[in-house]
Amino acid sequence: MKINMAHGSGGNATRELIRDLFQKYLTNEYLEKMEDAASLPGSKYPLALTTDSFVITPLEFPGGDIGKLAVCGTVNDLWMSGAEPEYLTAGFILEEGLDFSLLEKVIASLSKAAKEAGVKIVAGDTKVVQGNGGLYINTAGLGFQKYNQSMVSGTVLPGDAIIVNGDLGNHHACIMSQRMEIINNIQSDCANLGPAVKEILQSGAEVRLMRDITRGGLGTILNEIAESKNALIEVEETKIPVDPEVQSFCEILGLDPLYMANEGKFLCITSQKDEEKVLEILQNHPLGKRARCIGHILNTDKFQVTVKTRLGGRRIVDILYGEGLPRIC
Amino acid sequence: MNLETIIKEIGEYKGPNLKFMEVCGTHTASIFKNGIKSLLPTGLKLISGPGCPVCVTPSAYIDKAIEWAKKPDCVLLTFGDMMKVPGFTHSLSEAKAEGANVEIMYSPHEVLKKAGSNPSKTYVIACVGFETTVPVYSLLIKQLEENNISNVKLLTALRQVLPALEFICSTDSEIDAFIAPGHASTILGSDAYRNLALDYKKPFAVAGFEAEHVVIAIYDLIKQMEKGKHEVHNLYPSAVRPEGNKTALETIDQYFTSGPAYWRGIGTIENSGLYLREPYMKYDAGSLGLSDDADKQTSKCRCGEVILGKINPDECPMFGKACTPLKAKGPCMVSTEGTCGIWYRFSDRK
Repeated sequence: MKINMAHGSGGNATRELIRDLFQKYLTNEYLEKMEDAASLPGSKYPLALTTDSFVITPLEFPGGDIGKLAVCGTVNDLWMSGAEPEYLTAGFILEEGLDFSLLEKVIASLSKAAKEAGVKIVAGDTKVVQGNGGLYINTAGLGFQKYNQSMVSGTVLPGDAIIVNGDLGNHHACIMSQRMEIINNIQSDCANLGPAVKEILQSGAEVRLMRDITRGGLGTILNEIAESKNALIEVEETKIPVDPEVQSFCEILGLDPLYMANEGKFLCITSQKDEEKVLEILQNHPLGKRARCIGHILNTDKFQVTVKTRLGGRRIVDILYGEGLPRIC
Repeated sequence: MNLETIIKEIGEYKGPNLKFMEVCGTHTASIFKNGIKSLLPTGLKLISGPGCPVCVTPSAYIDKAIEWAKKPDCVLLTFGDMMKVPGFTHSLSEAKAEGANVEIMYSPHEVLKKAGSNPSKTYVIACVGFETTVPVYSLLIKQLEENNISNVKLLTALRQVLPALEFICSTDSEIDAFIAPGHASTILGSDAYRNLALDYKKPFAVAGFEAEHVVIAIYDLIKQMEKGKHEVHNLYPSAVRPEGNKTALETIDQYFTSGPAYWRGIGTIENSGLYLREPYMKYDAGSLGLSDDADKQTSKCRCGEVILGKINPDECPMFGKACTPLKAKGPCMVSTEGTCGIWYRFSDRK
């Protein structure tokens, strides 16, 4: 069965779609009331609110799908601000011609990811538009900032360590491989970072800030941090973790893992004294087995990101300009 | 002798000032990515040559491509790098936003499936590159012939390395030695540079693209200069044979013939282009005579001098101001391999 315009009419077909699909997989005490707005209990903690949209093609890929990605992407944003995710909303824009069974797989996957992340989908919406079988998801995520004490000031100091939780570029390389019909074993790293982040935050380690390394990649995010903190950041090329298969993929296509998107990687800046502590937590966690300290804040009177290369040379790392397009030769 | 010693010796070079040209854009990228310039002594400069195919493609070519892309029932297929190259008025990317049918391809062979299943559409492939990429297009023509596919055309801006090197040697004596391109040399062979080395007394080192390969090539050229030699040293024997790839060369020759070609910023160089031979001209999309010569651009862009190694990118008045990777005016800013683009991304501007 395919989605058609009637599924968005608000009539019987819409009701059936909601009953047979969305309610089946996403039900909870808030959603089942079917009211115009969800009424939610508050908390003594400050709220963190985020929104995100997911427009990925293909809808399914090795290591995940758009449903899992929507949950992980949203909760990761909350975790990065020290908030434990509680509630999500999900708006689905379906293009006519979308395969019903594919939609069901995506919703089931989204439901599973939400359960694993400990969040409830408390409000939702569905629209059908003309098109060619596409699917887009918009989310909002609400969390309680239980853990942000150590990140309040947001200042970084010379000597602070920059830690990443593992190999860079897998998601980007995986999606490109799918689009280009290249057969390889590269999987998306799409993951809920919550369990690892929670352990770090609960350890009492001095965490200055955390950022998930999504669009724009590590290079762009380091530049954003350097600019906002007026910091000179130096990373070491040999310490940046990249899966050998992803590295080869990048070399063939002229891509740089520093600028590639990830969906299960984050960067954590800690005080020098807690560098080892955070590394140990991560390396003992399934989400951070290949975690590395990749560099340090050198000083805070000049904004720049440099890489010390394998040969001992130095170069500037700039932000990503435009699209990361494959090279010609 | 280990790499560390070689790097140290290069850094300690104190002889006469030297200018080496790395011809190929991928070498330029490797030099910047690995911070090699930060390891060089003040007396040694690396100049980036005309080896980025995107950079040297004229505006007239882009306009021609857009002309095709705007035709009904016509699709222009291109590599991603070409999207942002400025034509006289638009880039392909801008034309696409205005409704032109432009699609990014990853391999020219994608067209076989597309053209086969959409016989009412005409597919025009933007074929840009040096000797390395030409055999791919030869193979494509062969397959078009075999499968009797008539709705595919090639808009070519194919260039040959040797005439360009000859041009540089004959017009610009400031370059002391050359790091010869790795990829193109796999096709041409290292012997192809022998006459240039002899005629112009310039040493050549054929190198691969890893940081180590480039460093060793620089070291080799310093040593050749110190000893007054002008030989061709093949430092990439795992991929480059002295005689080159004969099969590939024959394939090129079967389908393509030399002709004059316009290099953006440089001008027309005799015999530096490759065009489809007469029996295959039915596949050509109007590639002949695409030159910007008539339009001596009013722009202040100095890409031509950058490509010839006469100035550094930051000596151009537009560099980093009117011309940045986000709003590229000159072709060298467009490509990830373009000298200005690399210079902008990797060098110390701030």
